[in-house]
Amino acid sequence: MLTEPIPGVAADFSNDTWWIWLIKAVVIVIFLLTSVLIAIWFERKVVARMQVRPGPNVHGPFGLLQSLADAMKLLFKEDMTVKAADKVVYIVAPMIAVFCSLLTFAVIPLGPSVSMFGHETPLQLTDFPVAVLYILACAAVGVYGIVLGGWSSNSTYPLLGGVRSTAQVISYELAMGLSLVSVFILSGSMSTSTIVNEQTQVWWFLPLLPAFVIYVISMVGETNRLPFDLPEAEGELVGGYTTEYSSMKFAWFFLAEYINMLNVSAVATTLFLGGWRAPWPVSTINDGMFNEGWWPVLWFLVKLWGLMFFFVWVRGSVLRFRYDQFMKLGWKVLIPASLVWLVCVSVVQGLRVFPQFEDVQLRTILFGLAGVFVVGIVISMFVPEKKAAAAAAEGPQVLDAFRDGYPVPPLPGQVLPPSPRAGRVRATVPVGAPDEISEPQSDPDQEVHGG
Amino acid sequence: MNAMLPAVLEGGQASTAEAVLFWILAPVMVIASFGLLFVRKAVHAALSLILVMICLAFIYVAQGAVFLGVVQVVVYTGAIMMLFLFVLMLVGVGSADSLVETIRGQRWIAWLAGLGLAVVLVGVVGTALYDEPVGLESANADTNPIGIARVIFGEHVFAMEVVGALLVTAALGALVYTHRPRLTPKVGQRELADARVRSGQHLAPLPAPGVYARHNAMDVPALDPQGRPIESSVPRVLRVRGQEADAAEYAARIERVIAGHEADPPDALTTSPDEPADDAAQPQEAK
Repeated sequence: MLTEPIPGVAADFSNDTWWIWLIKAVVIVIFLLTSVLIAIWFERKVVARMQVRPGPNVHGPFGLLQSLADAMKLLFKEDMTVKAADKVVYIVAPMIAVFCSLLTFAVIPLGPSVSMFGHETPLQLTDFPVAVLYILACAAVGVYGIVLGGWSSNSTYPLLGGVRSTAQVISYELAMGLSLVSVFILSGSMSTSTIVNEQTQVWWFLPLLPAFVIYVISMVGETNRLPFDLPEAEGELVGGYTTEYSSMKFAWFFLAEYINMLNVSAVATTLFLGGWRAPWPVSTINDGMFNEGWWPVLWFLVKLWGLMFFFVWVRGSVLRFRYDQFMKLGWKVLIPASLVWLVCVSVVQGLRVFPQFEDVQLRTILFGLAGVFVVGIVISMFVPEKKAAAAAAEGPQVLDAFRDGYPVPPLPGQVLPPSPRAGRVRATVPVGAPDEISEPQSDPDQEVHGG
Repeated sequence: MNAMLPAVLEGGQASTAEAVLFWILAPVMVIASFGLLFVRKAVHAALSLILVMICLAFIYVAQGAVFLGVVQVVVYTGAIMMLFLFVLMLVGVGSADSLVETIRGQRWIAWLAGLGLAVVLVGVVGTALYDEPVGLESANADTNPIGIARVIFGEHVFAMEVVGALLVTAALGALVYTHRPRLTPKVGQRELADARVRSGQHLAPLPAPGVYARHNAMDVPALDPQGRPIESSVPRVLRVRGQEADAAEYAARIERVIAGHEADPPDALTTSPDEPADDAAQPQEAK
């Protein structure tokens, strides 16, 4: 069964037969499931390296089979159903989460056209003119899994987790959608294969750097990862929406979370990092040999796992936000910033498209605007700290530690008064011992930083 | 969908695939709509509505209105119904709908509005049945989203602007109605810390009960650097019940051990009859 090409889409699916669809779909599902197993191992191993410990290293070479062991353990645990729960919703919720997370990769281009059993076909299950909106739709429905799981457990902490995740996703999806709109404007399309095609000259993350930054922040918020993992914050909500789930049902939520990480990374790769295109020096070798055939799958995977590493890195280094700080960041920083950026991009694109402005250099405007925007953001970060900066500018001050009634350590820029014990320290040093030991302690002019 | 789209575009006739899809989705939608009306719990009603919306999106897509179908899910299912659910969830699992009329004449207004909707629907179905089907060929000539953009931002741009202004006004109105001037100064982390210090209460965590190295039972007060017992280190419940152990006795034991003697003097059991009873009580307390 041959089909006609889809209008408004760069990839040509006209040679696809039903069994090619089937192969692609099955391969995508297998790819996602194995990637999750690897991602869990990868995360634990990388976080372990960051914390200077070996991480999982018992099962299999380098502990590679650890996630398989974890999965089996989860499978054989007792599958509990809470008595007071809303049964149907309680069981359906994890299914919704997993099902929706599996849908996104259908429109992600893993590579250009290749020959598959004598058929020329793009390495992508399908594509249509609004493919990126479809990804947003899948993500939006996927959240119902979390929300309903939290509500149907009929328990306080899961409910709080569900409510948090609702608010979180609604706020961060706005910023995410707005940052994606600038990609649509520049590419002139919402189809993923067309967007990748448009990035032949320059990957969009360069001209659209602010949008990329906003996307990366909101993608962490969207997937409930640290520092934004408030729906399942174990220090505050036990396990959030997963508290009342065990065994396979819990495993499904876990699976959905990791697949969603892969999804948002794949979207960032496709929309901002050139999709399957080879990075610059490699792409020029031998007339773009590495941008054809099966090679692009490698570049796609490298970028995907680079972003996954970023996820783990952030988790390893940043603390969890407080909820009000998190909401403030979303509504008062990210959304206004992405709106302003969107207006800038529209103006630039207007200048580019309409023939009256033909002689204006596009790159100049783009980079100029991006520079202004970044400078603005940096300045806005310093605004609330003006008072502290002014105080520090007056030079080192002698700290009156008990001024407000209780002892405080010195802030940067403040020095402690000379210690009354300084003389005694020198006196106790035995004769013949090196004098440097006592020197720093006895120097009254030395600046002592708190912390 | 690949197979379906071009077939639908020709002459407005439904293809077999579209018919199959319709006959699968239609019963689901009808059942879900009835569920919306008759279900007892508010959250279940919201779920039925979500199901109807998603099925509707499928049908939109199958009929060639790809943009409408996807945006329906993103905006209505993903954002608006999520907000509804947000409110409904706070009602809790166990609660069912109350049937008490809260607004006067609510039912009559509902009947009138329903009648109006029915008239509109009959009109729509009538146009669909009796006019010659045109198909989407010309509308989707350069892809569906571009066609829609042309209609919205070309022909109906004024109406769109008006709707936008209306929505912004409504949002601002909601803000104004829910806004309250702050009567008391905002209490932040800094202010709370200051207040705690000013109140003069113990700032750090209370010292743990038990005497280092020999006893860590809950009822034995900790000793301060001078060797005096710290009252507040024993849990308040034990103090209220009078189950606090005698700190002086334990301090004396430590003194004896440091001095190189046995912890308990040979006649300890006979001289202090309280203590064995105290020791016997301890395991029960621990449980």
